[in-house]
Amino acid sequence: MDSAINDPLIQIQGLNVAYGSQLAIRDVSVDIPAQQITAIIGPSGCGKTTLLRSISRLTELVDGVRVWGKILFDGQDVYAPDVDVTEVRKRIGLLAQRPFPLPMSIYDNVAYGPRLYGVRQREALNAIVEKELRAAGLWDEVKDRLHAPATALSIGQQQRLCLARGLAVEPDVLLCDEVTSALDPISAQRIEGRLVELKTNYTIILVTHVLRQARRLADYVIFMYLGELIEHGPAEQIFQHPQHPKTRAYLAGELY
Amino acid sequence: MAHNQNLRRLKDRSAGHVMGGLTWVAATLVIAIGLALLARAQPLLDLQPLGSLLTSSEWSPLRGQFGFFPFIVGTLAVTLLAMFLAVPPCLLTAIYLAEYAPARLRQSVKPAIDVLAGIPSVVYGVWGTLTVVPVIRDYVTPWVSRTLGFIPLFRADNPTGYGVLAGGVVLAVMVFPIIISVTEEVIRAVPFGMREAALALGATRWQMIKTVVLRRARPGVIAAVVLGFSRAFGETMAVMMVTGNVAQIPRSIFDPAYTLPALIANNYGEMMSIPLYDAALLAAALVLLIVVLIFTIIARIVLAQAIKSAA
Amino acid sequence: MMKINKHLEERIMKGLMVASLALVVGSLVAILGTVLAKGLPALNWAMLTQTPKGGYYLGKEGGILNAITGSLVLVAAATALSFFPALAVVLYLHLFAKHNRLLDLTRLSLDVLWSVPSIVYGAFGFTLMLMLGLRASLLGGIIALALLEFPVMIRTMDEVLLMVPHELKEVSYAMGATRLETAVRVVLRQAAPGLLTAVLLACGRGIGDAASVLFTAGYTDRMPTTLLRPVASLPLAVFFQLGTPVPQVQERAYASALVLTVIVLALSLGARSLTRRLSRHIIH
Repeated sequence: MDSAINDPLIQIQGLNVAYGSQLAIRDVSVDIPAQQITAIIGPSGCGKTTLLRSISRLTELVDGVRVWGKILFDGQDVYAPDVDVTEVRKRIGLLAQRPFPLPMSIYDNVAYGPRLYGVRQREALNAIVEKELRAAGLWDEVKDRLHAPATALSIGQQQRLCLARGLAVEPDVLLCDEVTSALDPISAQRIEGRLVELKTNYTIILVTHVLRQARRLADYVIFMYLGELIEHGPAEQIFQHPQHPKTRAYLAGELY
Repeated sequence: MAHNQNLRRLKDRSAGHVMGGLTWVAATLVIAIGLALLARAQPLLDLQPLGSLLTSSEWSPLRGQFGFFPFIVGTLAVTLLAMFLAVPPCLLTAIYLAEYAPARLRQSVKPAIDVLAGIPSVVYGVWGTLTVVPVIRDYVTPWVSRTLGFIPLFRADNPTGYGVLAGGVVLAVMVFPIIISVTEEVIRAVPFGMREAALALGATRWQMIKTVVLRRARPGVIAAVVLGFSRAFGETMAVMMVTGNVAQIPRSIFDPAYTLPALIANNYGEMMSIPLYDAALLAAALVLLIVVLIFTIIARIVLAQAIKSAA
Repeated sequence: MMKINKHLEERIMKGLMVASLALVVGSLVAILGTVLAKGLPALNWAMLTQTPKGGYYLGKEGGILNAITGSLVLVAAATALSFFPALAVVLYLHLFAKHNRLLDLTRLSLDVLWSVPSIVYGAFGFTLMLMLGLRASLLGGIIALALLEFPVMIRTMDEVLLMVPHELKEVSYAMGATRLETAVRVVLRQAAPGLLTAVLLACGRGIGDAASVLFTAGYTDRMPTTLLRPVASLPLAVFFQLGTPVPQVQERAYASALVLTVIVLALSLGARSLTRRLSRHIIH
């Protein structure tokens, strides 16, 4: 059970998240390995999305949420009082469940982040836009209409656009929240393919309720149930030899 | 890069401070208005306390007598009559729009109600003098005095048509939009499940509305009426154009009335030339502000709670 | 028996409701119809293109160009003056403020501000002018109208920003944007058509208001030239002309009321169509 990770990029230590008086995450401690795909799995309502969003402090955008405990990112607690939250979020990107293009063109969507961080020259922006759209596997489909509204794209294309947009700020970590659940199978497959390619450069944390997806993609697995961390370890170990009865029940499809 | 980061944070913080400061100013503006009016009214209040101003009926500025009582009664008479006329049709309309009307009808009625809300006050006044006043003068007054004239409230000593009733009718139409829209919103906030439960027991639609929706929405409906009242209470131009503006206490719905807002609007010209006149008119504005303030605060608190508890 | 009663009650109530709706819509038709029927015959080209000549208020030549121009200038300036503070307030409420009792209190206070009668804004504007040593003037009218439009604008803009999806803000924050950057680059873009509607609605409210400019802007037969001179306005043109004993001038009041109504309706229709046209990039 105790599978210590060499060189963890993110260390969650005694994390609790409460919505009002209701505890959504209860005393979770876990390390997340660098440059691998970590999947957080568990039945719906188990707190996996909350755990994911807490890593880049997105939970605190919701009213009445309290967070306590530590999340060390590169050894630095992201919840420490003197931390610049925008810097944390720049280094830890998010890809959400449903694609939400910003109300602007395809080009401006990808250039949004770089512009925030001071990239102004046209050539530099052009290069970034092309590079990230290629990385997201969207370039060939949109290169002739970069200045069309992003809303004109299909849902699957929008999701890849959101991926490109997230990559353009050059994060170290990519948080993926059920990123394929709103997509058709082919678009979902494309996104999955991208994620596998991207893990050479990025640390990816993926929330999914599709077990097969976790089996396909994950190198490391965290199993949550009712806000608690039940079991975690390398994917092989969790899927082949789950230790905890609840993990076994969930993997057997007996726990919802 | 780090420098850029600090600059961005600095911009964000200072923008936050500036916007927060403006918000603070906006939030305390009501108090500032009240204090400014109070300061200007002070010379009069030093001579005569507010209580005696409000209850005195003597209005002769040249002799330094500023009794607000007839104006307060006039305002209340016109406003209450307007509410009496406006509330039943507004509630029925709101219920119809929320519960019965097909979506397409709703979508075409809503803009019409918005337009009604946007019509300028003086245009209401013009309509009042052109339509409401002549109808009251030529038809309503003679008929009512023949049939109900023995009741003091309906005695028709004033044949002009300008009076409490004309003001009440015009004001009633003016408050239609606010009462209808707030009531409809409150009714829509009642959860669907409750309606279903009543209908499943074999209630007709109206029975369901009466026993479930209206009971549930009652605080909100009351708040809507109070909001309409406070809107009507401060209305100036339209009322002033049709109520006759005689500084006396109206005894019948046909009598002329003089409202507080009309008092202020009609006399601004002379107010700097007669001693204490300006203090009196600004005191009247202060009274108006306080009344509207109290009613609005009550309505808003009730409304916030009603919507929270209904949902 | 019971069954018949309850269905009869249903029918009666429904009949009353339809009658009420007819009354409400009928009132609107009656008002617009009256203004149109009385105003149109009195309206002529000279009314729109000339200022009052000598003897205008006795029925001689001239028009209300002074009032039309005056109203447009007043409202344009007042709207410009109240736009940025109102925008700052709503952005603060939606993106910067922490949700607590103070915020609830602030919102209550802004609601109250919205219901303050326009005559009180006029009176307050007047006390401000006394403080600043101003007389009834274009500047005074602009200040009073800006005060009047400020809460109208806050309220409508607040509703617009409520419609901005939370996820959109989250996308921006998730990339490390600050609140200000999110406000300017994402929220304002998404809300732009709605904000324009808010501006036009505030204009409509401002241009029709008489009580606030009565003390503060005064009235004149001349065209507005400087900030420190009195200025004419349409609502007051209606009011004063209606108050004269000359029938011809009263008819001009009807024509003026028609002009005012048309401007207000045009603003509200314009708000609707512009909103539709500008929604190209908007996320629904």
